[in-house]
Amino acid sequence: MAELRFAKAINQALADAMRDDPAVVLFGEDVAAAGGPFGVTRGLLDAFGPQRVLDAPISESAIVGAAVGAALCGLKPVVEIMFMDFVTLAMDQIVNQAAKARFMFGGRGGVPLVLRMPHGGGLNAGPQHSQCLEAWLAHVPGLKVVVPATAADAYGLLRSAIDDPDPVVVVEHKGLYALSETVDETLVRVPIGQGRIARAGRDATIATYGALLREALVAADRLAAEGMSCEVVDLRSVQPWDEALLRESVARTHRLVVAHEAVEAFGVGAEIAARMVEVAFDDLDAPILRVGAPFMPVPFAKSLEMAYRPGADRIVAACRRLME
Amino acid sequence: MARTSARRRNAHPALDLLDDAALERALRRMHLIRKFEEAAEQSYIRGLIHGTMHLSIGQEASAVGAVAPLRADDYILSTHRGHGHCIAKGADTKLMFAEFFGKDNGYCRGRGGSMHIADIAGGNLGANGIVGGGLPIAVGVGLSAKMRRSGQVCMVFFGDGASNEGAFHEALNLAAIWRLPVVFVCENNQYGMSMSTARSMPVANVADRAAAYAMPGQIVDGNDFLAVFEAAHAACEAARSGEGPSLVECKTYRLRGHSKSDRNLYRTKEEIESWRARDPIPRLRDTLVTVGRLSDARAAAIEAEAAAEIEAAVEFARTSPDPDPRELERDVYA
Repeated sequence: MAELRFAKAINQALADAMRDDPAVVLFGEDVAAAGGPFGVTRGLLDAFGPQRVLDAPISESAIVGAAVGAALCGLKPVVEIMFMDFVTLAMDQIVNQAAKARFMFGGRGGVPLVLRMPHGGGLNAGPQHSQCLEAWLAHVPGLKVVVPATAADAYGLLRSAIDDPDPVVVVEHKGLYALSETVDETLVRVPIGQGRIARAGRDATIATYGALLREALVAADRLAAEGMSCEVVDLRSVQPWDEALLRESVARTHRLVVAHEAVEAFGVGAEIAARMVEVAFDDLDAPILRVGAPFMPVPFAKSLEMAYRPGADRIVAACRRLME
Repeated sequence: MARTSARRRNAHPALDLLDDAALERALRRMHLIRKFEEAAEQSYIRGLIHGTMHLSIGQEASAVGAVAPLRADDYILSTHRGHGHCIAKGADTKLMFAEFFGKDNGYCRGRGGSMHIADIAGGNLGANGIVGGGLPIAVGVGLSAKMRRSGQVCMVFFGDGASNEGAFHEALNLAAIWRLPVVFVCENNQYGMSMSTARSMPVANVADRAAAYAMPGQIVDGNDFLAVFEAAHAACEAARSGEGPSLVECKTYRLRGHSKSDRNLYRTKEEIESWRARDPIPRLRDTLVTVGRLSDARAAAIEAEAAAEIEAAVEFARTSPDPDPRELERDVYA
């Protein structure tokens, strides 16, 4: 067992992938000489050289477009969008180019690229540097979207994303980068689309992903003290998401809360809730509840952002409502 | 082939770079493009093709002239007006028509259509339904070629309209600072849909914009195959020898409307007729006959062969199978 920081796990995944496959290249803003805006790519320029680790100017459309082109002819680019908010500047290349390639070319071409992008609030970064926009990308056929919650999954999902023959978006919560956890010495790939039960329980299921997993586990602890046993499912991938695992869990607990930091309306939780009503209605003893951010921009002031972001309190409140 | 010294003196310098087979191939491909698109129009009228189409009739010299210096393993990226680029790169017109007709044996198995014809194995990385969409992709293709030290060049076509998109600026800037083997070929047909370049651009030439990226920007008569070839050849040589990207602007004209819904209300009959008189196909044929590189009989045979090939291609597409609805989700992975 060893202590591993979330950011270091990503760094390790990149280094291992580059060592295993000379086609893997990195580019993005400040990723080479500066070691990444959050220090995630530190040391990779020295280890692999300027041919494979490139600083790009502030040009999100060209960065992602270049990844599409490189992926069409033999490379496996891993590119970084400095803040997920800036994905807007690259949407044509992501939505119309990368996501369409394999299908539009009749299966005769594909783009094995990985887009890493940090999301989420808690850093008082304001309305344009804090958003969780993964539902946009999950809504586009042709994109896989994963959101690791743990260091081990940050490593394992990124390795699987780099192995994947099609575009994968890896969403990383900024608040997790500096956190450490104890992991096995041997890090392994985590299959895309496979969730895991982070805590077993029998009275209700809390399905979540990314940084909110920690809040869900805190909520489950507090509810346990009140005598309510909650199962916590870490989805790990939101597109595709592990419907089978969630069905099994709901078949045991008969109650479901879906929690995420992104705004609640039209979100990942809405999709999961709708689908579970379709496939697991008979198992449900209560309405499915969502926990997400209110439908408004992310505020800057600390007092406001704390009031805005969903956390353990709201998850606890939702679970209590399920038992009423 | 015998040539008189007087004819040689008057001849275009590009003629020294092209052997007779290359010249015949160029003329054949220009005929193929013209006849492909005329047949596409006819098929549309007959109800055999649905959707829309963007025809490049009148622009054949820029497609064929630009692609002629490329090696077989070089790459192109094309536009929504891309049938010409595809044929210029050597695509099979049967498979192109099959795609156009939405047939299962088309280049993209009928999943893409006219605006998305790609021949990945042949180095055509695809037409594009998004104006300017191919420009950033070309940067990555160039990066891959440079990293693999393959000596390959990526040629990306775009129109005057695309040069007003943000993607144009980002792509040319990045290709320039990374010194990538990319040739940016602008087919300036003078209208972005109905908006003329005089109204959409504060500069007279798209090539003027190359200065912002410290790359060469050359303007050529886009209806003159030999002029386009000469400029593209120089740009490809520069790219291959590590000098980085160039921009070549071909001044040309689309004789048809932007798409099938264009009623041509924004330009005059006189303007269209003046460009019809500068048709690039008779121009190349007459030049080659005049300098003694092609006989009248051979020129007529090339045109007839092209017509026969296109007729057969339409018939191939018409009689090919539709995609099976049971394969609706083929190549869907997420």
